[in-house]
Amino acid sequence: MKASVIVFPGSNCDRDAAVALEAASGLAPSMVWHGDSELPASDLIVLPGGFSYGDYLRSGAMAAHSPVMREVVARARGGTPVLGICNGFQVLTEAGLLPGVLMRNATLKFICRDVLLRVERNDTGFTRRYAQGEVVRFALANKDGGYFAEEATLDRLEGEGRIAFRYCDETGEISAAANPNGSRRNIAGLYNENGTVLGLMPHPERLADPALGGTDGAKMFLSLVETLH
Amino acid sequence: MTIAARAERAAQSITPEIVAEHGLSPDEYKRLVAALGREPGLTELGIFSVMWSEHCSYKSSKVWLKKLPTEGPQVIQGPGENAGIVDLGDGQAAVFKMESHNHPSYIEPYQGAATGVGGIMRDVFTMGARPIANMNALRFGAPDHPKTKHLVSGVVSGIGDYGNCMGVPTVGGETNFDPRYNDNILVNAMCVGLVDTGRIFKAAAKGVGHPVVYVGSKTGRDGIHGATMASAEFDDASAEKRPTVQVGDPFTEKLLLEACLELMEEDAIVAIQDMGAAGLTSSSVEMADKGGVGIELDLDLVPTREGGMTAYEMMLSESQERMLMILKPGSETIAERVFRKWELDFSVIGYTTDTRRLVVRHRGVIEADIPLAALAHAAPVYERAWVKPEPQARVAPEEVPAPNSLPGALECLIGSPHLCSRRWIWEQYDHMVMADTVQRPGGDAAVVRVHGTKKGLAISCDVTPRYCAADPHQGAKQAVAECWRNLTAAGANPLAITDCMNFGNPERPEIMGTFAGAVEGMAEACTALSFPVVSGNVSLYNETNGVSIPPTPSIGGIGLIPDISTMATIALKRPGDVLMLLGKEEGHLGQSLYMQAMLDRSFGAPPPVDLKAERRTGDLVRGLIRAGGVSAVHDVSDGGVLVAIAEMALAGGHGVALDAAPGPLPAHAVWFGEDQARYIVAAPPDKADAVREAAEAAQVPFRQLGTVGGDAVRLDGEPPLPLAVLRTAHEDWLPRFMAHG
Repeated sequence: MKASVIVFPGSNCDRDAAVALEAASGLAPSMVWHGDSELPASDLIVLPGGFSYGDYLRSGAMAAHSPVMREVVARARGGTPVLGICNGFQVLTEAGLLPGVLMRNATLKFICRDVLLRVERNDTGFTRRYAQGEVVRFALANKDGGYFAEEATLDRLEGEGRIAFRYCDETGEISAAANPNGSRRNIAGLYNENGTVLGLMPHPERLADPALGGTDGAKMFLSLVETLH
Repeated sequence: MTIAARAERAAQSITPEIVAEHGLSPDEYKRLVAALGREPGLTELGIFSVMWSEHCSYKSSKVWLKKLPTEGPQVIQGPGENAGIVDLGDGQAAVFKMESHNHPSYIEPYQGAATGVGGIMRDVFTMGARPIANMNALRFGAPDHPKTKHLVSGVVSGIGDYGNCMGVPTVGGETNFDPRYNDNILVNAMCVGLVDTGRIFKAAAKGVGHPVVYVGSKTGRDGIHGATMASAEFDDASAEKRPTVQVGDPFTEKLLLEACLELMEEDAIVAIQDMGAAGLTSSSVEMADKGGVGIELDLDLVPTREGGMTAYEMMLSESQERMLMILKPGSETIAERVFRKWELDFSVIGYTTDTRRLVVRHRGVIEADIPLAALAHAAPVYERAWVKPEPQARVAPEEVPAPNSLPGALECLIGSPHLCSRRWIWEQYDHMVMADTVQRPGGDAAVVRVHGTKKGLAISCDVTPRYCAADPHQGAKQAVAECWRNLTAAGANPLAITDCMNFGNPERPEIMGTFAGAVEGMAEACTALSFPVVSGNVSLYNETNGVSIPPTPSIGGIGLIPDISTMATIALKRPGDVLMLLGKEEGHLGQSLYMQAMLDRSFGAPPPVDLKAERRTGDLVRGLIRAGGVSAVHDVSDGGVLVAIAEMALAGGHGVALDAAPGPLPAHAVWFGEDQARYIVAAPPDKADAVREAAEAAQVPFRQLGTVGGDAVRLDGEPPLPLAVLRTAHEDWLPRFMAHG
């Protein structure tokens, strides 16, 4: 699997994503500078976490208009898988590849802690190594992580099976208590229409190494390798 | 009206009032005129005032700081550079420093704390290191003081927003609440970076005719006289100094970090220094002075944020996210390409000369022409008068009343503002970014992996202000020893420390006495523990309306874990493991947290520190950890043995059953006494004997405390205290306190 990680000014999880990708695939990804309009041939494009353009204006808003994003959008529409983590999810919504928007956390504060997620679908290229309904632990770290879309949109997304992950408790129960940031319907991750673009607020790459306290995130990268090898 | 504006109106004639407003005494002004050989112009006076400020010149502390040990085989760079450097083996080194941002954080907590973090990170990456961990040591006033919540909220979010955006994990620190900080909080920020030993950059501008290059953000009018503000006491009008607080932009700093590290890959930089306190003035003066050259600056070439800035303002601005570099001739093009790529300002603003003078031109006029030696070396050095603090009598355990119930006292202590969980704080810090945080906040030390290796860096910040207030000498010794102990408890070899010396007005002999005592105590401990000081800063005049903070020598230490698979944590791992205490029990309750939290009093001498016992016990514990002989380790500090055990139980989610305290000491002195040089270890039953034997061989007192298991803390003969109750007490205080703002 040959992946490309897009580096915006202010990205800061680009290396973390690259480490996890290489650990899963054995291949170092290409690091692609935002100002480049050329994007190498890629089996997977990753938009990493961080604070692209300082999160000025709105999180992800300026990055969505950077030169490389025109090509990312074109590739995504052509079927190339795209994974946007944290700030990358924000960029995906701003670029119109995913509906809705990420708002300031309900606590109004930055939140850094492990969260439990329920795998809503295990039939996509991102999740085939997980069990349906499995409860996994990823690391949340953001200030603007509350997913919002209008009720009608949320109904449609649910109807189309586009919810990828939801915040849950140990038993997989979706509850207000398990929702760290006020996301509508506990949505932590979301697919596009054909399940090839995934936007995800918590970080799988931060819990993909036993030394860091967990490996649930590694299965996402292994799923991608299995799908795209 | 600002100092600058008032001085401007005085049309360049330097009156005694203007001198006084610049924080210079009449004697110091005489000295200035002698060093310069004439009366200064206004810009020159401004330049002198910041370079000779306490903050930049260390004029009151210098003679004492010389007493601190700064050398060792592990030391690559001691004090005097932007940060200290220690060897990590394999061609790698750790660059680290701690610095205060107290006054700005009190006036404007969000920006004050944020720019403190930004400044300390620049000190580290200016040496060629990539910052890999941030820590902080915070002291706030009493919880019920009307300003405390506002300050906690602003400081924590300022630290978080800056570090989070930079993508450098903030992995821990410490927080105290004490009414003696009501009107003068302390914000001490520490940064640790990683560098290849062959690629260390320093600040000596060697060579003549080299271009002086300005990079980063534009210069504005913010922060003018910040260094002078940090060198004076506060009073009721201090809030008017808000315009002297700088404004931070972590996004620009992230770009600056990446651009600097990218250029450092090329053979282009002779010297580099960040523009921190006293901005363009101190960076240019220090680099030229260290390189033994002169420097000539043309301020017309300085990128400015606003029009009409005077030479005075540009030389004194403390606008953030700026760096000054001396380049090798011919490297301008490549350097400019890198900085333009990162969309940063880049301007050649002058050259090094052979005159050993600082010459500043603006709009065709020479605004300053000063011998560098006058700025860097002619500053007064004071041997301030000092009086030795009165020692307090040692308190016998029997003099301190026992609680009605031991479990009740434990619940109360662990849920007090002093010992409650700091989760509300550290969950606002991204402590996981960079994916190398192998020990998260909440333990004895934070541990970050050295990227791509199995090595770990353990980091801890420590000082116990109530001990220092009672006895600065013992208190400072204790601060160093506790830091060393925390690193040891994680399994690390302690390497070196950085310090932040926060004290009151040094012109008062009783304050200077506390400073002198603290330095001597630190020097003793650093020497005995082979734990030298490699960087740091001094923050004096921490007082408001004549009331000083307690002496607070914050210690930030780092240690090396050769293989993180042998790292220890405080969490109890398995039911059935045996709990043991290593170290001598004397039931010392003077200045204890038990006394403060339960009796609302603090009296007597703090616990004495036996440095030989510290070393003996610490070496024993580290050996046990490395040999895989223990399953959990925690040092005993605030709150004593029972609090330490409760913290281990909460971290691991396992209860404990404890035997009754034997011997003649009162039970509350055994469980809550704060005797030093002690650790609690847990070991599987088949390894417990080996721990006892190792302790006997090392002549370290040993006592078996009980066993791990169940879901409560059970003290023999007392009702069990369920972990759930303990956890609620521990976790609830801070969020509840902050929720009702």
